[in-house]
Amino acid sequence: MSNPYYPYDTYNVVYDIGFEVYQFLGGIVAWLIDLLLPGNPVSEWLISDAVVNAFAIIILALLIFIVIFVGVLISLWEERKVLGRFMDRRGTMIGMKGFMQCVADGLKTFMKENTLPKKIDKMTYMWTVSLIIGTSVLVACMLPLSDRFYIVNFDSGLLIVMALYALAPFFILVSGWSQNNKYSLIGGMRAAESMISYEIPMLIIVCSVAVLSGTFNIGGIVAAQNESMWYIIPLFVGFIVFFTCSCAEAERSPFDLAEAEAELVEGWQTEYAGMKWGLIMLGDYLRGFASCAMISIMFLGGWNIAPFASDAVNGFLPELVQLLKGWFIFFIMIWVRVALPRVRIDQILNLGWKVFMPLSVINLAIAVLLKVGGVF
Amino acid sequence: MMVVENTIDTFDSPPEERIGKDKYETDAMWIYMGPQHPFSHGLWTLKVRVDGEIVTDAEPVIGYLHRGWEKEAENREYPKIIPMADRLCYSASMTYTHLYCMTVEKALGIEVPEKAEYIRIVADEICRIQSHLMWLAAVGTDLGNLTIFLWGMREREYWLDLNVRLCGQRMTTNYPRIGGVRNDTTDIFDRDVMRCTERFEKALWDIIDMIDSSSVYVSRMKGISRLTREQCANLGVTGPAMRGCGVDFDLRRDDPYGKYENIDFEVPVLTEGDTYARYMVRIEEMFQSCEIIRQAIRKINALGKNAPYRLKVPSKVPAGKAFCKLEDPRGESLMYLISDGTDKPFRLKVRAPLFTNISASRPMVKGVRVADVPAVMAMIDVCMGETDR
Repeated sequence: MSNPYYPYDTYNVVYDIGFEVYQFLGGIVAWLIDLLLPGNPVSEWLISDAVVNAFAIIILALLIFIVIFVGVLISLWEERKVLGRFMDRRGTMIGMKGFMQCVADGLKTFMKENTLPKKIDKMTYMWTVSLIIGTSVLVACMLPLSDRFYIVNFDSGLLIVMALYALAPFFILVSGWSQNNKYSLIGGMRAAESMISYEIPMLIIVCSVAVLSGTFNIGGIVAAQNESMWYIIPLFVGFIVFFTCSCAEAERSPFDLAEAEAELVEGWQTEYAGMKWGLIMLGDYLRGFASCAMISIMFLGGWNIAPFASDAVNGFLPELVQLLKGWFIFFIMIWVRVALPRVRIDQILNLGWKVFMPLSVINLAIAVLLKVGGVF
Repeated sequence: MMVVENTIDTFDSPPEERIGKDKYETDAMWIYMGPQHPFSHGLWTLKVRVDGEIVTDAEPVIGYLHRGWEKEAENREYPKIIPMADRLCYSASMTYTHLYCMTVEKALGIEVPEKAEYIRIVADEICRIQSHLMWLAAVGTDLGNLTIFLWGMREREYWLDLNVRLCGQRMTTNYPRIGGVRNDTTDIFDRDVMRCTERFEKALWDIIDMIDSSSVYVSRMKGISRLTREQCANLGVTGPAMRGCGVDFDLRRDDPYGKYENIDFEVPVLTEGDTYARYMVRIEEMFQSCEIIRQAIRKINALGKNAPYRLKVPSKVPAGKAFCKLEDPRGESLMYLISDGTDKPFRLKVRAPLFTNISASRPMVKGVRVADVPAVMAMIDVCMGETDR
């Protein structure tokens, strides 16, 4: 099962699957080549330890990306149906209860013309889009779904996720500039300033969670909650603030200036057509999914069903538990979208700096007091 | 009597036309919320001059939907103008046809039977409620919430069903006739109307609760774009926008037409003059319309099944002039008819309330942030059919 190049400390089921798949396929290819030219070095190389490990990691990345992608598609489907039901209508109905509609929309976007306006700055235009989507995919895939379903297991895991999450506003700013359109520039600046001002409360709350659990390692945070209690109970204020800040970060209504500015001043996405726009939208949902996963890890106990449940119960399909908790938080985000109108840009900045930052500092103080008092 | 001062300044053209393209200042820019706009509810342009985030000037441009209505009316016989009057304001069609029929009846000098008057009142108020519901749906989308849009349209379906039961058509109904109405109400019409009003009052409270209990909605509407009473009077603003600024005038109560003097209802008036006041006035008007409908239906029942609902009228109108005013959902509308003894009018002039309300958009929008402009314009309930004619 493991070879000397095995890169992880703990068991990783996706690596296992990748390992088995490559051994099977690579074995067949090596055996075929061996039939033609017996005893050749290529076959030896194909089934050597280093190559097997390399391909297993590649297949691992692909599998995790596929699983997360399907998870994001399910949350997109959930949004359309739940939005419909709140508004007294049914939502998408085509395909398996409406799920295939999302796939069909993606395929349709593929077939649209990728227009390229004339006077843009080409390099930044292309690169910023790829980087925004790339960081969104990276953040979504870096969050493990359970103890055995992960790509990396950093000791500073949550901090790195937050740092990557915070890269997007810079790229949005540059892409707004690259479109050679004063309205897109203003839209890009507004989106970037609202996202940056909501990241600070998020970081302070991540610090408070780390104070209570003693580590930034995601597996460690989940294990610490399994021993004591879900952190939503002592850090309730932090939960509310983090939830609202994630809505703002994922540019969802009531904070969706980027899409709404299209009604007055065009947003930063206007000059992107076809699949670039499709991927930007997907990146939005990936970021929403990633923040829901983070909320479930930090406050709702992650992939364990309950702290008092036995290990056997907790060990049964923890990936599904983590996904379900993420989708439940997404349901609350949809509820917020349904009930509230858009907040104006100056009101958004007011909220971020004058209300949420003091609240997150209070939250940190509560966490420190609890830790010092020996409760955790 | 109010002492009025001249507070209207002249419109100035965009700076590049005035001072030349090379000397044109660069820190303020003109944004054209143009005719092709997702949320402008009709085909018109509002040019706003923006200094950073605040609007300093505005200029509405209308006329994209001009169809030559008044000229067309000169070439048609009097009954044929009724479907045209429907399409003057397509969301409030019953009030315009009522106004037109009233004007011609005044020129003819005849008096319409009582039952027809009460049926016209019921039809008018149904039209008012469904027009206000469409306004509510538009306000939802302008503020960024699609739920109110769908809930408002859902409520509106019940009232459009009542229109179907009355005359067979949902929107441009072609129902009043010169001399009465086209057909009598059915036996069960009063039952349907009572059911609809009861259901509607509960459903409207649900929607209003959602809006009033959330500080996000209220902070988007309160304190924004105040107009004083004097400004309203000077600019000629009428309708709920005027009543939200403190001017206590409603044609149905103060200058009653068509048996409104026998109906007992209140006119909502608020004094703050901001967007929230204009919104609350329209909501309260919907409740009052329910009350008016109930009273009118009782009077129709009291008149009995065999009361006349239509008179035969001559096709040629004697030469003369007549004008009538009516309280449209958007304000005070007026028609002025000059007839010359033939069966076609010589001149038919329409005064649409939105024509003056839109011209008041400049003081309404000055000093407001750019993000609030759609919300402010949504509160005067734009419908370009009557503005452009």
